[in-house]
Amino acid sequence: MSALFVLIGISILVAGGFLAAFLWSVNKGQFDDDYTPSIRMLFDDELKKTTTSTIPKTINQTK
Amino acid sequence: MQVEKFYYDNRIVKNFAYATILWGAVGMLVGLYIALQLVFPALNITQYFSFGRLRPLHTNAVIFAFVGNGIFMGVYYSLQRLCKARMFSDKLSNIHFWGWQLIIVAAAVTLPLGLTQGAEYAELIWPIDLAITIIWVVFGWNMFGTIIKRREKHLYVAIWFYIATFVTVAVLHIVRSGQLPTSFLHSYSWYSGVQDALVQWWYGHNAVAFFLTTPYLGLMYYFMPKAANRPVYSYRLSIIHFWSLIFLYIWAGPHHLLYTALPNWAQSLGIVFSFMLIFPSWGGMINGLLTLRGAWDRVRDDVILKFMVVAVTAYGMATFEGPMLSLKSVSAISHYTDWVVAHVHVGALGWNGMLTFGVIYWLIPRIFKTNLYSKKLAANHFWLATLGILFWAIPMYWAGIQQSLMWKQFTEAGQLKYTFLETVTYMKPFYAMRSLGGTMYLTGVLIMFYNIYKTVKSGKLVADEEAEAAPMVKEYVKHSGEHWHRVIERKPIQFMILALVVILIGGIIELVPTFMIKSNVPTISSVKPYTPLELQGRDIYVREGCYVCHSQMIRPFRSETERYGEYSKAGEFIYDKPFQWGSKRTGPDLAREGTGNLKKSDGWHFRHFREPSSMSEGSIMPTYPFLIEQNIDTASTAAKINAMRSLGVPYEKGYEKIANQELMTQANGIRINLKMEGIEVPANREVVALISYMQRLGKDISNNKTATFNK
Repeated sequence: MSALFVLIGISILVAGGFLAAFLWSVNKGQFDDDYTPSIRMLFDDELKKTTTSTIPKTINQTK
Repeated sequence: MQVEKFYYDNRIVKNFAYATILWGAVGMLVGLYIALQLVFPALNITQYFSFGRLRPLHTNAVIFAFVGNGIFMGVYYSLQRLCKARMFSDKLSNIHFWGWQLIIVAAAVTLPLGLTQGAEYAELIWPIDLAITIIWVVFGWNMFGTIIKRREKHLYVAIWFYIATFVTVAVLHIVRSGQLPTSFLHSYSWYSGVQDALVQWWYGHNAVAFFLTTPYLGLMYYFMPKAANRPVYSYRLSIIHFWSLIFLYIWAGPHHLLYTALPNWAQSLGIVFSFMLIFPSWGGMINGLLTLRGAWDRVRDDVILKFMVVAVTAYGMATFEGPMLSLKSVSAISHYTDWVVAHVHVGALGWNGMLTFGVIYWLIPRIFKTNLYSKKLAANHFWLATLGILFWAIPMYWAGIQQSLMWKQFTEAGQLKYTFLETVTYMKPFYAMRSLGGTMYLTGVLIMFYNIYKTVKSGKLVADEEAEAAPMVKEYVKHSGEHWHRVIERKPIQFMILALVVILIGGIIELVPTFMIKSNVPTISSVKPYTPLELQGRDIYVREGCYVCHSQMIRPFRSETERYGEYSKAGEFIYDKPFQWGSKRTGPDLAREGTGNLKKSDGWHFRHFREPSSMSEGSIMPTYPFLIEQNIDTASTAAKINAMRSLGVPYEKGYEKIANQELMTQANGIRINLKMEGIEVPANREVVALISYMQRLGKDISNNKTATFNK
């Protein structure tokens, strides 16, 4: 049964670690810029002139 | 800065979308068929289409073929756009696509042939396991290649979920696939008994977590904002959601084994983490639903949003129910019943199915530069599917609770009120109603098939979609007060390693002590290895998928010990590779089938296998006449004994040479028994081996009445 106590201990430590990291980041205002990415992804694929599959694939990749 | 021109690969997205629809229809059709088999057992035609072999085909098809292709469809579409880059390699994309389809075809061929490992959702034989590993690596290589050459520095939340999915599924698959082949088509699990059970449900539950949930959450975080054309409710919540979810999920497996012979500490651990899971799960659900804040009016008209709302709602219901089912007192009622089956179908039909349909309806018109052929048909699909889920789930919830209560019902005289068979025949109307729900759901899919076909006809695939983006700035100027999370978001490899570490912590802490600490599995001196005949019989039991309907794990409740005998002990299973505890009692538990008042004559078993309803009026078990025709595969005996010995089963050296001799001696004994009961059958028939296994079940512990446990 001793394994149970070891496990609970480790679990609490790890979970506590996550909690501490979370509280620290909130207090530091680290989540301030967590809005832009959610907006940016909405505007990613609207290119006006569309193309067809006749475009040669060789130019697909840029260096 | 110069803007770069590049092209998104839409052809691969189209391929995966077609495969999703095709395999979805196939997997659900098989599901409907096996549902009907429970109502009309005569549908178990030939050995290849018997319930025990088709049910693994249904689960594998729906999980790995339907949802699997759905994942890849969504990942290949969204990853390119989020990374502002074409997929890393078209060749890898194609290998991934065709490799995955080949694996599915191989599964569809091998499972009806009875080639199986006998572990739920990990049935596929080892050569296919190997192929899955290779194709999964191809997928990961292609994904990370794309991430590395991306033009957008920030990794959107969806990509994190994809990364966690890739890493965790790889770990799960490798650990669960630990096996020793005895031939090209057969292998034994490395693990046995309790360990095998823990590994199985650690794998099994995380297959739910990291194959059915995290990738689909990634899809939710991409396609739901897209379809609603508004940002996700809280990006911050998505960060918390992600980390807490992957950390907690990996521990939840043991909740499938409550009240079993699994060590108590592992059960408790599973319960605690399963319960905590409600928080990140609901965080994700709330984040998804609130994305529609201020736009709920659009849900009225937009069928795609309808699908997504029902999907996320079903996710919320399933992830509320999951932690509840993980409580011991609830599990005592729900385990082994159709309640659990209902639970998983709310997840599969509701969450995975509805989100897949929403994504397909959104994405196909876009890559074909056209409009959806018919919104009305899509709306019909939506209502058929939504009502289908209700018609499916409600009878099964009812059936599950009803049957469980009947199992536990005692008369005033203190005896069990119902025979097992009485509770089975009581279920038939519920099984019929469930089939109706399944038919509705499948009809919806066929309507979608037609609608998508017409849509595709009216448009033309934009195989290479032009896009522009500035290249990624190499030198990153770290601004002050930047969040630590932003740093790992820019570093995919480090991110992958970090995610791996997080999930490994859970896995290792649960698995290692069980293997290392001997006291977890108290040995019982009277438990002996199987005889060669019993071993062959057991392999037939595994081949026929008996474990999908019969458990071999008696829980310590009076209602179970009265019905089946002494509750199961961990030490009884040390030679069981794979373990066959089962998860569902469509038929009764068999752990003590060869002992006590459950013991039947060899002739009873023979007649029962040939025609179950001849011995149990109203039985819905398939018939097994072919076992009387087919010979035991004695050519494999030596290899099997050798493999078992390598895995720690104490067969004496050289035993493999005399194993077939012993096998025939024991088989002849059964042949004579059968003859005395008026049944003429050669000793080398499969039915004889299976009877010997039936008669062995539970016998060891009954030989040990004083039950001295060697700690």
